[in-house]
Formats: sequence, C-alpha cells, structure tokens
Amino acid sequence: MNSTSVANEANYLKYKGKYKGLLGWIFSTDHKRIGLLYLYSMAIMFSVGVLLGLAMKLELLAPGKTIMEAQTYNATFTVHGVIMIFMVVVPGLPAVFGNFLLPIMIGAKDVAFPKLNLLSWWFYVAGVFLVLSAILFGSGTPDTGWTFYAPYSFKSGTNLLPAIFGAFILGFSSILTGLNFLVTIHRLRCPGLKWTKLPLFVWTLYGTAWIQLLATPVVGITLVLVALERIFGVGVFDPALGGDPILYQHLFWIYSHPAVYIMILPAMGAISEIIPTFSQKHIFGYKAIIASTMAIAFVGYLVWGHHMFTAGMSGTAQYYFSLLTFLVAIPSAIKVFNWISTMYKGSINIQTPFYWAVSFIFVFMIGGLSGLVLGALAANIYVHDTAFVVAHFHYIVFGGTGFAFFAAIHYWFPKIFGRMYDKTWANTGWLIFFIGFVTLYSPMFYLGMMGMPRRYYDYLQEFHGGNILSTIGSWILVTGFVIIIVNLVRSASKGPKAEMNPWHGKTLEWTVPSPPPLENFDEIPVIEENDGPYNYK
Amino acid sequence: MENEKHHIVPYRLYIFVLIALLALTFLSIAITGIELGSLTVAGALAFASVKTFLVLRYFMHLKYDKPYIVAMVIFVFAIFVVTIVVTFLDYLYR
Repeated sequence: MNSTSVANEANYLKYKGKYKGLLGWIFSTDHKRIGLLYLYSMAIMFSVGVLLGLAMKLELLAPGKTIMEAQTYNATFTVHGVIMIFMVVVPGLPAVFGNFLLPIMIGAKDVAFPKLNLLSWWFYVAGVFLVLSAILFGSGTPDTGWTFYAPYSFKSGTNLLPAIFGAFILGFSSILTGLNFLVTIHRLRCPGLKWTKLPLFVWTLYGTAWIQLLATPVVGITLVLVALERIFGVGVFDPALGGDPILYQHLFWIYSHPAVYIMILPAMGAISEIIPTFSQKHIFGYKAIIASTMAIAFVGYLVWGHHMFTAGMSGTAQYYFSLLTFLVAIPSAIKVFNWISTMYKGSINIQTPFYWAVSFIFVFMIGGLSGLVLGALAANIYVHDTAFVVAHFHYIVFGGTGFAFFAAIHYWFPKIFGRMYDKTWANTGWLIFFIGFVTLYSPMFYLGMMGMPRRYYDYLQEFHGGNILSTIGSWILVTGFVIIIVNLVRSASKGPKAEMNPWHGKTLEWTVPSPPPLENFDEIPVIEENDGPYNYK
Repeated sequence: MENEKHHIVPYRLYIFVLIALLALTFLSIAITGIELGSLTVAGALAFASVKTFLVLRYFMHLKYDKPYIVAMVIFVFAIFVVTIVVTFLDYLYR
C-alpha cells in the first residue's frame, strides 16, 4: 500500500493543542489519545479485578473460612465480575485498539464523530465511578453476581442501584463507540479501499459495532426495569406481583450472550492481523473469515437461552437454543482452521506477539470445545453452575480476549509508543503467564465435573487438592502479569526507538511513522488495484 | 459526501405526516375501549408499526436514502422480530 511522508509533523504524543498536560489528554478528540485513555483506564480496572480474583483464589486455598466471610466472598465475586465484564472485556479491544487503529487502517484522519468518541470515554469514566461508589458507600457492597439476577437483585439489601446505573452508563459508552465505528467504516474509507480489501481487524470491529448498537440497549432497559422494581415494586420480574423472573434472564442474556461476541470478535480480528504478519504469508481464506465473522455476529444473537437450561424454560426453547449453540461453533472453527492454514509453509518469525497468538488458539480451542459440552442439554444439567462453567468462561473470555489483548499490545506497541520493549522479558512474561493460566483454570474443569458448585466460599474436603493447584496457578499468573506490565511501562518511555514497520506488516498503520502524527496522513492514501492488506510476496 | 443529492421536502408533507401520526395515536388509544380480546394488543401494535414506518420513511428520510441504508433498517427490524419469536418459543410451550 502507499506510504506517506509525515516525518516532520509533531506526533500525537507530543502535539500541544488548546490544553496542556492532563487536560490536553482528557479533552482531546484525537482518536489515538482516546484509545490510550481507554488503555490506561482499563489497565487500572483490570489490575483491581486481578487483585479481587487473587483474593478469591486465596479464600479457596483451604475449606472453610480462610481470609474472608461468605458475604465478603459474594461481594468480591460480584465486583470482580462487574469490573472485568463491563469495564475491561466489553470495551476491550475496540475501545483501545479500535480507536487507535481503525481510522489509520482505513486511511482516515479520525473517526466520523470525534467529539462523540470523547463523550464515550467520559461515559466510561462516569460508569466506573458510579460502580465504585456502590462499593465504597451505602448499605454494603452488591452481592448478586455480575448478572444481577431477579428476584434477588431487587430484594438484596446491598447498595445495588449505583452499580446498576453505572452498568447502564457504561452501556451508553459502548453504543456510541459502536455507532461511531459503523459510520466511520461506511463513510471514511480512503479511495480504492473496497470492502474486500479491508483488514480483518476492521471487519471484526464492524461486526462488533453492530452488536454493540443493537444488543446493548436491551440490557440498558432491563437494568432500568430492575431499578424500577427495587424503587417502586412495578412487578415485571417479581413473581409475588405476577412478574416473571425468567423474563429477566431472557432480557439479560439477549444482550449478554452477544456481548461475549463483542469481547471475542475483535480479539479474533487482532489474531487475524498478527498471524499473517509473523508468517509473512497471505491470510488463508480471507473471504471465509469475513463470512464467519458476520455469521458469528448474527447467529450469536440467537443462542442466549443456553445460559438458562436449568431455569425452567420450555423444552421447545431448550432444543432450539442447544441446536443453535452447536451451529455457532462452526464459524469459530472456520477461523481456527484458517489461522493454522495461514501458518502452514509460511516464513514463521517467532516473536512475542506470535507466542501470544498461538497460545490464544490453544486456550480458545479448549474454551470453545468445553462450550460444546455446556451446549449439550444433558451434559449442561450435570455441570450447570459448577466450577466447570467458570473454567470454560475464563478459557474463552480471559484466554480468548485477554490473550488476544496481550498479543495486540505487543504487536502494536512500537506503533503506539514509538519504542520497542525488551523482547526477552516479554517472552519470559508470556511463558510464566501461560503456565499460570493453565494451572489456575484447568483444575476447575475437573472440580466442576466432580460437582463443586461455583460462587461458594467453602467446599468439601475432596476438592482441596484441585483448589490448592488452582490457587498456586493464580500466583504464577500474577507473577507473569507483573513482569509484562513492568516491561511495557518501562519500555514506553525508555525502550529503544522503534522503526516504522518493525514486523514487516502490510496494513496501512505500518506506512505511517511510529508514533503516528496527529492526523495520521499528510495526504489521504489511495489503494491501487493490486494492493491488499496481506499481499506478501 | 459533497456530491450527494439533497432533497428539499415541502412543509406540507411534514404536516400531513404529523396529522397522520396524531390520528393513529388517537386510534391506538380508542381501540383499547373496544372489547377485542387478545386482538387489542395486536391492533395497538399494528398502529404503532404504521407510525414507525411513517417516521422512518419521511421524518428520518429513508425514502430519499440509498438502498443499503434501507436494507440496514430492515435487517435491524428482522433481528428484532426474530428475537421476539425466539423468546416466545419459551412462553408458548412452557
């Protein structure tokens, strides 16, 4: 693709606009600065979530009370879930890498609505503070779990309303980002950049944006109904007033299952960028990956009921949801086959992002295949609400989105900060993190199959060995996490200067300087007929 | 974007649509006074659907937009309808 010459222009990190210092960041409408604002905010919230997870594993080191009471444990897993879902993995890759890279990847100077983009981040911050206020003030930390299930969510005496309102506001952030990306991809592609020449990361952002726009309002309204139920007792979900608590579960999962695809689709997009670059080979099955992306986005809407197999749903609905759940596995498998086929006979360049990408495939496959166990009606009833579900969920969401996030930050770090990290420490961090991850979550599959329920602070003696192993895994994982973060933070200011295209990538972001100038391109690039995002010789 | 056509819609058309919307609102209220059984809700939803169509077509300019924008709106409504139908797979057979 065409390169640009913008070396003399101030880069976005040094640019001085109307405001200086911190104000120059929090009031900036530059998509790259907003991407970094999300990165820093999410890194803080992720660290809080990790500490809460660590505390939970410490509690489960031995049967009975170890470091906290049952009620504190309930509050801990609730806040851990709310932070990790609503503040980390849902905004996830689109908020950070989508914001930073989408306009550059399509040859634009910014997103379609820069001010709306900044407003999205402010909504995110407002939502975070509201949820934190629920923890710090009022009549006890919320203890419903991140799903806010009725009828407990309007009977619990804890300070739930600010948390619900916070999640509602975070939803607005998501909707506005989705809207912005949709319009940007439709309207701001540079000349010659047809839909069939778009990088796959952009395609996944497109599919994700549709889900953000269509599914998020459903959970927003549902949470408002829970608030109305708590304040006025309107009786939509309260069986004592003629309401239906299963309706709550339908409405909640109509959003929250597609939300899993909000989390995982951009992760798949990042992996689809990394694997061709480090294989120096055209992505295998470009159009098949696009089709599978849109198929996941569409079919993902229609499988929410597999979260409710034991809730008392009709048999007809159970058969339907089980069948559709098996169908949604097909497009995910198509992607895995395409990634592996891309590596086949490629010139593999083993670097840190590649390690993360291949370990993503490994953990994602385990997560995906264990999902099929849960999608089967009979097996689901056996392992429902056990540690098996926790293991599956973390293999998919942490192993999928989390590993892809680390792959993405190590891939685009030189572009974002203009500096290179220490590769030895980065690889060491990855290895320790990966070992910790597998040690932490794998025993949970076994514990769940043996019947250990989730969300209990206590367990039977027979589950002790598995829990010890899992807790040790959490310590290994956190050690790896600290190494990774220290290495990246240090390298962002003190690492050696990065080249414009250190990995020899072919997408447009590698044609602009590292870090990019304020408006990305001196002149809007033109994509020629023979150009393409994966045209490796 | 500069090359795209801009339509100037006469005020008269907007006023006609406004009157139609108001009339349909009164009709959807009036229908609740007639004993139609389970068809009452269906009737109210039918009026609401016509109103939605008018707002989308004239106030939101779908009539003058490119076909792919219309296709997107139809797609969104299709998703909405499918979601409702799937939810009722539970309620109708429970």
